Amino acid sequence: MEFLQQLVNGLALGSIYALIAIGYTMVYGIVQLINFAHGDIYMIGAFVGFFAVVKYGLPFLPTLLLAMLVCSVLGVIIEKIAYRPLRNSPRITALITAIGVSLFLENVVRWRLGPDPRPFPELFSVKVFSLGGVQVSNVQLLIFGVALVLIVILQFIIYRTRIGKAMRAVSQDQDAARLMGINVDRTISVTFAIGSALAAAAGILVGIAYPRIDPYMGILPGLKAFVAAVLGGIGIIPGAMLGGLVMGVAELMVVGFWSSDYRDAIAFAILIIILLIKPTGILGKNQSEKV
Amino acid sequence: MLKINNIDVFYGAIHALKDLSLTVEAGQIVTLIGANGAGKSTTLKTISGLLKPKSGNLIFQEQNITGKAAQQIVALGIVQVPEGRRVFPSMSVMENLELGAYLRKDRVAIRDDLDRVFTRFPRLQERRSQMAGTLSGGEQQMLAIGRALMARPRLMLLDEPSMGLAPLLVREIFEIIKEINQTGTTILLVEQNAHMALSIAHYAYVLETGKIVLEGPAAELAQSDKVKEAYLGGRTN
Repeated sequence: MEFLQQLVNGLALGSIYALIAIGYTMVYGIVQLINFAHGDIYMIGAFVGFFAVVKYGLPFLPTLLLAMLVCSVLGVIIEKIAYRPLRNSPRITALITAIGVSLFLENVVRWRLGPDPRPFPELFSVKVFSLGGVQVSNVQLLIFGVALVLIVILQFIIYRTRIGKAMRAVSQDQDAARLMGINVDRTISVTFAIGSALAAAAGILVGIAYPRIDPYMGILPGLKAFVAAVLGGIGIIPGAMLGGLVMGVAELMVVGFWSSDYRDAIAFAILIIILLIKPTGILGKNQSEKV
Repeated sequence: MLKINNIDVFYGAIHALKDLSLTVEAGQIVTLIGANGAGKSTTLKTISGLLKPKSGNLIFQEQNITGKAAQQIVALGIVQVPEGRRVFPSMSVMENLELGAYLRKDRVAIRDDLDRVFTRFPRLQERRSQMAGTLSGGEQQMLAIGRALMARPRLMLLDEPSMGLAPLLVREIFEIIKEINQTGTTILLVEQNAHMALSIAHYAYVLETGKIVLEGPAAELAQSDKVKEAYLGGRTN
């Protein structure tokens, strides 16, 4: 029973990691950049939600949509200002820039809003249902529901729309995509917008589930989601979903059966193991060197 | 149809094209032949807008296209079949063809063109839902050509369509290029296989280290001693 309980809790946490990990993996897939500022977009999503509820008294759905909108615009701006000028530079340059953007966002929020954690306002009164001895809360159901709906929409965009087709084409061969008449810059902007919107949604869900938000809240979940993306196979969207769920479950199993002291260590232990055993990730294909 | 006037193109520090000029007349097959590294692909990339010339200009149908973005050039009707085919490997044959028509909105006409591509390349129809990366080299070349046709090009740029293909397939591909030309599409063909290229082209240019060194009607060039010696592997007797 304890196992099932931790599994449910782990899947809820994992859904949040999955939403963040998708953004990492989409951006990597299209510009081969690990966007280390992605966790901070998630943090800003939580803060946008905070103000939407506290200042304007918005209910859940408008709050969610507003945070997603603000963060997608922010993601596009960051790409334009910080990453686009470095598109043809060595990858390490863009990576260091991403770390810089991350520190910048954290410290701007800290400067404007202060470093102290704030309680995220209660949007729902928590109800717990018992299903054959396993406790499931309405907040967990909300997390599953929102994550599922967003992932279905994402799949639709990627596989059924013109812009989705363009995104896949650009991620497979940028110059060939240009020769089809695809506007590569715009396609990359849209990718950042979608990834950032998903991170914002994760931020709101975390605010509701673990109601304490602060300017540095994005660091650890950001890193764990990055591990999730690597675990699933970086650049592969279903891999990011799978990786996120595995990470969430692994973390709560460690908490449930061992000690919560190790909940963060497990993430990085997984990273080390996956890099040793299968660096391309669970769903990644082993790349053959071109000769 | 296309006039390139005195362009200079640099690849980093390398001066890849030096004061290059050429003309493609409407309705013709014009070929650009030359050795590896002569600047043939660079010329096509510059026309397609993937590279920008440092000086000189490109005029397409009375319009200055110098420095225009690749998507604007495709919209004007200049479509390239790139070197090494460059199909999208993890997309189906069908999706690759649809991407060829990316800028078009005329759904009915796109359907018609798709039928036409499938009639020309029955193999592609058989493999329409297969991932492009799993096709053979020849099939990929057909897909790359079909994909370009889906854009309804006025001028088709072909970069080394014979590369890596068996002689029989090369013949087939060149037959197809001739047919495409006969249905009204102007063609600029870049080839290392000078013999095949000269056999179907109307006019030809010879490129050496970024400069045009020789030009003339293809039939004449095929007879010229210099071309025979350097590109056709023949002896001058």
